[in-house]
Amino acid sequence: MKLNELTIKQAREGLKTKKFSSVELTKACLEQIKKHNKSLNAFITVTEKEALEQAKAADELISSGQDLPLLGIPIALKDLFSTKGIKTTAGSKVLENYIPTYDATVVRKLKDAGAIIIGKTNLDAWAHGSSGENSDFGPTKNPWNKEYVPGGSSSGSAVSVASDMCIASTGTDTGGSIRLPASFCNVVGLKPTYGRVSRYGIIAMASSLDSIGHFTKTVEDSRLFLSVTAGKDSMDATILEKEYNAKPLNKIKIGVDPDFLSKSLEIETHNLLAKAYNVFKNDLGIEDFIPDVSLPHQEYGIACYYIIQPAEVSSNLARYDGIRYGNDRSFFGDEAKRRIMLGTYTLSAGYYDAYYKRAMQVRTLIKQDFDTAFEKVDAIIAPVSPTPPWKIGEKVNDPLKMYLSDKFTVTANLAGIPGLSIPIGLSNGLPVGMQILGPQFSEGLLFQIGRAYEDATKEEEWRKLKPKL
Amino acid sequence: MKYKPVIGLEVHVELKTKSKMFCSCFAAYFGEKPNTNTCPVCLGLPGALPVPNQKAIEWCVMIGLSLGCKIPPFSKFDRKNYFYPDLPKGYQISQYDEPFCLNGTITLKSGKKIGIRRVHMEEDTGKLLHERINGEKVSLIDFNRSGVPLVEIVTEPDFESAKEVVEYLKKLQQIVRYLDVSDADMEKGNMRLEPNISLARSTWQIAGSKSYEPHATRHLPSYKVEVKNINSFRFVEKAIEYEIKRQEEILDSGKTPVQETRGWDEKKGQTVSQRIKEEANDYRYFPEPDIPPIRFTQDQISEIKSQIGELPDAKFERFKKEFNLSDYDGEILTREKPMAEFFEEAVKVGKKHNVNPKQIANFLINRDVDVNATLPAQLIQIILNSTQTDQIDEKELGKIIDKVLKENLKAVSDYKNGKQNAIMFLIGQVMKNFKKRLDASSIKNILISKIQ
Repeated sequence: MKLNELTIKQAREGLKTKKFSSVELTKACLEQIKKHNKSLNAFITVTEKEALEQAKAADELISSGQDLPLLGIPIALKDLFSTKGIKTTAGSKVLENYIPTYDATVVRKLKDAGAIIIGKTNLDAWAHGSSGENSDFGPTKNPWNKEYVPGGSSSGSAVSVASDMCIASTGTDTGGSIRLPASFCNVVGLKPTYGRVSRYGIIAMASSLDSIGHFTKTVEDSRLFLSVTAGKDSMDATILEKEYNAKPLNKIKIGVDPDFLSKSLEIETHNLLAKAYNVFKNDLGIEDFIPDVSLPHQEYGIACYYIIQPAEVSSNLARYDGIRYGNDRSFFGDEAKRRIMLGTYTLSAGYYDAYYKRAMQVRTLIKQDFDTAFEKVDAIIAPVSPTPPWKIGEKVNDPLKMYLSDKFTVTANLAGIPGLSIPIGLSNGLPVGMQILGPQFSEGLLFQIGRAYEDATKEEEWRKLKPKL
Repeated sequence: MKYKPVIGLEVHVELKTKSKMFCSCFAAYFGEKPNTNTCPVCLGLPGALPVPNQKAIEWCVMIGLSLGCKIPPFSKFDRKNYFYPDLPKGYQISQYDEPFCLNGTITLKSGKKIGIRRVHMEEDTGKLLHERINGEKVSLIDFNRSGVPLVEIVTEPDFESAKEVVEYLKKLQQIVRYLDVSDADMEKGNMRLEPNISLARSTWQIAGSKSYEPHATRHLPSYKVEVKNINSFRFVEKAIEYEIKRQEEILDSGKTPVQETRGWDEKKGQTVSQRIKEEANDYRYFPEPDIPPIRFTQDQISEIKSQIGELPDAKFERFKKEFNLSDYDGEILTREKPMAEFFEEAVKVGKKHNVNPKQIANFLINRDVDVNATLPAQLIQIILNSTQTDQIDEKELGKIIDKVLKENLKAVSDYKNGKQNAIMFLIGQVMKNFKKRLDASSIKNILISKIQ
């Protein structure tokens, strides 16, 4: 096994026992980036020099007996995370030359935990998109088939982990931007509870929905990564510290909304999900498997989301006037302009009550759906995307069709609950994922369920496959 | 008068908290080098987030409570969206439909109550400087002021004259200074005001009604003119009076004044049109998602209330009663808190030395004592010394009085015969002969006792 293919857990062990150094591990990742970034377009910026310096410093710390949770582990950052002295573009030409003067809180925490920052990954400009095609720096390709989209908006981050260019990466999820690309690239993606991880320094898309998460190769790595990034931050007023009570696996109740299986699911995806449900039912010893949890307002998710999100986007993008930094507003791409116009419209006097206010009321109902469901069950399993990855260019001229690919993911953002996306197999050589949703601050529970599923399926053939780059 | 002025007021008070409203930068910007007290938050850099200043919120509530406002248990911040180069985020964090404080009043000397609609919290903007550099016209932005806490106090359109407005403003300034939450200095810009002025035809008043009509039942004029750039109490009076005259002339000619924003031009002594509003600005307010809503418990509100000391009106009434002061003395002594506190302290010390409050009040008012550079005990000593000096001179005074009495026997007999005026003549003679200033009433007493 190549060093860059290791998980965080494996790499940590290897570094600790001096089987290899952080410099070697980092070089292996850089090597992979050099080989394949041209065709995959996962990175906008590669910080080779800084990464090697950090790796050298990490090796010295390891030698001196220092033990930090991510010491010497190369990670990639979605290019939405402010990095002091390193260009941060948000995937937009507006910020093509913008160099932040400060680190995002999560970046600081990762550095403090010993992580090596290997580069900044590609994304749909401003995180607007489900396919990665809205990047002003060209689309990222799916490593499983380069003619297909890798999912977005955290496209480069998902691809960098799926193609072993780094050990883990960060992402943001406002309506599915972590879970969808995780599912399309066969990696584990976590969208934490809103308020679990600091948003400070991460370029805002829609402030009441943005969740700061990550991509890893295993559920265990995801848990470890969250233990570094989560927690109080004096710079973010929306952070809470809470913990959902743990339970032994056989006491956990899992629910499914029958609508999820019947409604507009592509057949292969449907079959893989049905198979996954059976794993829970038959292999995991979960006795309470409740197949009829209903989320009646789920179907209004997209409508509600596409009012609230552009409203906040229109306000959050107002600061990009080109006066203090960056280029002027003529550099915004079509999708950003579309959302600015939509949001400006729905917030306008005379329309506010009919659109924004109403959407906020629907949002409350969606939240209540989950509250009611979680009185009955501990977690809900659901599809991530109605379809497997689609071909590049297929939906690019039909924004509405593109928006609908988020129909299963946006409700978790509207309700502020966590969602863990895990791989469940391949459909015609392209990955399919499933999400596990739980009450606010129940990430521990989601990891528990995700790991059990991983263990139960570890011998399956598809788990041994790697994308052919 | 054919028309009745209808005037409302928006006042912005900049709080003197140590740090800014949503970041930890220093809030004091006056005289600082431009753009030295800034950070990602107040510069609106990508990714920066606001964290509200608890002290500023408490102070805002304190102002509200001092104006008799209700403090709703639930409140929130909102975004006010508009583009302007001095507004780095493209929106101002303010409060829209659920401000911290609602429905207060300030009572004028006449007993008339000015309704306060709301008191809310927001952030200040940066400052634009229009300059010429190397012959080129440029606009510079200083972000030191960006994010400084601002409290906005909005009245009902209850004022009917410029005089009422000035009285209200002085009262408001006095309260804010008593609370020690702002310097409220108009010249420095930490108290700013925007009156809106219109004229109503007097006929709208219900015929025969004597009492003051509450605003809710009045018909307001169909337009209103907002006046900006006023930076002193003197100018606010001038600007309002100018506006009333201007609008009167327009109405007399059968037209209606235009709904607009005008600026006060102090050189011309006029208001000048700045911006004509066809309709209300659309600020696209929505709840600020970066700041969780704020909930106050009764305990928290009581706690803030307990931090409010005695307010000017209450102090004035108490001083009059407790120290037997005239309205005039009471007002001067309670105008500023340090003076009031000094006076009370001096009264305490004075009691031990038989110096009464009236003596202290007279001394403080007439001698222009610097209360910041003097201790109350020192003042009592000074008062005692000055009365002692008079005592030393009494022997000489006695001699002079005897001399005056001998030389003016006619006046003495006139007085004895009931001519009260004669005593005044004698006092005048004593004063003429005695070089220093004397207390006429004590001379009168001595003269009378000697004559009898």
